Amino acid sequence: MTHTVTYLGFIPLLPLAGALLIGLIYVVTCQGKQISERLYGILGCVGPVLSFFMAVKVFFALLSLPAEQRFLSHKAFTWFAVGDLDVSMGFLADPLSSLMLLFVTFVGSLIHIYSIGYMAGDQKFGKFFAYLNLFLGSMLILVLGDGPVVMFVGWEGVGLCSYLLISFWSEDTDNVVAGNKAFIVNRIGDLGFVLGMAFLFWGIGADGFDYLSLKANAHNLTAPVGVLVCLLLFVGATGKSAQIPLYVWLPDAMAGPTPVSALIHAATMVTAGVYMVARFSFIYAHVPAAGEVVAWIGILTALLAAIFGMFQSDIKKILAYSTVSQLGYMFAGVGVAAYSAGIFHVFTHAFFKALLFLGAGSVIIALHHQQDIWKMGGLRSKLPVTYWTMLIGGLALAGCPPFAGFISKDEILYSALANGHVGIWLIGVLVAGITAYYTFRMIFVVFHGSPRDQEAYDHAHESPRVMLIPLLILAAGSMFAGYANIPAIFGGHQRVSHWLAPSLVEHHPHSGLGLEILAIAASILAFVIGISIAYRKFTVQVDEPDYSGIKKFAYHKFYVDELYHKVIVAPYQFVGKAISRVIEPYVTDAPVQASGWLYRMCGLAFKVVQVGYVRIYAVYMVIGVSILSLLLSRSLNF
Amino acid sequence: MVSHYLFLSIILFCLGILGVVSRRNVFIVFMSIELMLNAANLGFVSLSRLHVNMDGHVLALMVMAVAAAEAALALAVIILLHKHKGNLDTNIFSLLKG
Repeated sequence: MTHTVTYLGFIPLLPLAGALLIGLIYVVTCQGKQISERLYGILGCVGPVLSFFMAVKVFFALLSLPAEQRFLSHKAFTWFAVGDLDVSMGFLADPLSSLMLLFVTFVGSLIHIYSIGYMAGDQKFGKFFAYLNLFLGSMLILVLGDGPVVMFVGWEGVGLCSYLLISFWSEDTDNVVAGNKAFIVNRIGDLGFVLGMAFLFWGIGADGFDYLSLKANAHNLTAPVGVLVCLLLFVGATGKSAQIPLYVWLPDAMAGPTPVSALIHAATMVTAGVYMVARFSFIYAHVPAAGEVVAWIGILTALLAAIFGMFQSDIKKILAYSTVSQLGYMFAGVGVAAYSAGIFHVFTHAFFKALLFLGAGSVIIALHHQQDIWKMGGLRSKLPVTYWTMLIGGLALAGCPPFAGFISKDEILYSALANGHVGIWLIGVLVAGITAYYTFRMIFVVFHGSPRDQEAYDHAHESPRVMLIPLLILAAGSMFAGYANIPAIFGGHQRVSHWLAPSLVEHHPHSGLGLEILAIAASILAFVIGISIAYRKFTVQVDEPDYSGIKKFAYHKFYVDELYHKVIVAPYQFVGKAISRVIEPYVTDAPVQASGWLYRMCGLAFKVVQVGYVRIYAVYMVIGVSILSLLLSRSLNF
Repeated sequence: MVSHYLFLSIILFCLGILGVVSRRNVFIVFMSIELMLNAANLGFVSLSRLHVNMDGHVLALMVMAVAAAEAALALAVIILLHKHKGNLDTNIFSLLKG
């Protein structure tokens, strides 16, 4: 039972139209006099803000329906029809996509507003907003698409925007290399997604290839195909959501401007993989084995990234690894079939990670693009608003009890424990401790103690209001977003889980109070231990330590990048070179060259006729005409 | 009686061809071409006489007009050729050699 509402199509259309308009204005004016930044800023923010209001409208429209009928749809047009397959550009708003819709447009709008301050004075100001709007439009297509094919359109769109925005400052070769890396690594994942989609169609696509039809036919999927589909789709997710083994692009993606890191590489795009797994929960629920793989890869990624995060010195890289780590948690959640817990962590993570990135951006701007935390220090008094908001974001990330991160993370860990995945739970608790440690290592080093670079400290100043207001709003979100899903043990009603229930196929375990208290106690203990180690080590004045032994190994990220380069990139380049030097000249080019040679030889034979003397040509003509007249006279019987 | 004129026409035409293919001076080549045109004209009028038909005369007049136009053009080309190379030997103009 779905209701049709036309305005659903306008939600992605508005930012896309904004992107087109801004892009055209930018292209037309980039040679001559540019229009003012204020105008670009207003144009850039209108689309996202309007989309947000429409998302709220969708939310209330769903709320007014009975729980099992909460599906709004809109088919814009038939995209293509091949045989029995009829794929339309259709949009579907159900509880799951409406939740994603709300925070994507909300955080997206705030980051658009923040960007007006962050990008001020940039040569390519208009281009930036065009790309940012294009990204938001693609993300909304991804979230709202009513089937895997439309989701894939958005999936590729956000990948493209990610690439464009990582290498936004393309004057620097490093940024371009980082953009390429992100794009190429994502291609590997996308191949998995496409193959997964193909197998899904082969399995149960005959009666319609949108979520609702697939969900209705999910029980017809045979086990081997189901496992294959789940694993291949998860390969797609590892690319987009930066999981082992394809996580390597995300830390490098920090080369882009900070609002981009906040919006695309922390809050929205990288969570697309989690959304996808939750979206296909009706398949994953049938094959627990695939879910197990997802959960283990997720939790191992969380551990690995947390270890890397402990030793980074670039403020954005620390946050990048924490993003990878938190994404690992989300996959652990959806992997143990606690889809609503995973999605809820996506929701809260969007607030506090966007907040942390925007705060980091504020610090970076204040110090004139200094990103090394060992050149900061004592900034608490200079940047009070940034400090307090980042502290809130840090507490939420580290899992301090009343904040959003605690409630959502604890939900995942408790679900893992209750579903019998003790190993995953133990690693999760360990990662929680490490997270608290590296988050507060960063905050203490940056904001506490005394300045390490006196000159930069003296010139530091608090950011303009257009940047601080989004910080404050996000800080409020990081504090209170968790209250949407307070578990029963704290007297809550788990509103988000109940809200999501019609979209997901999951079973809530009933495992008793003891286990829940154990999970909560372990999380709090891990948080306290992590933060106290960080407090003891980093509130005193320390400079960048010289890592040795195993720490040096971790500082260099276990040399995974180097390993990939040796094992994959270098052989690939070698094969490429071999092909260009052996196969191409001797196998593919040779026949082509030979045919050319043949024609040249024929030409040489006939070239002697062309002597160049006009009277010889006259002789040819006389001979020719004579022969023709002879033949003519013969045929006329003279 | 008319056949004599036709034979004369053929002889003149062959002389023209000989001149075109054997002489190297552009002027002589040009004059040989004119000779061929006139030989053809002679053939036209002879045959016209033989068949008691005026068409041949008309064609002869037309050839004369064309020949006059062609002469104007050809002489201009010859002047240009001379300006270009300072010589009128046809062997010099062999740019189309393969």
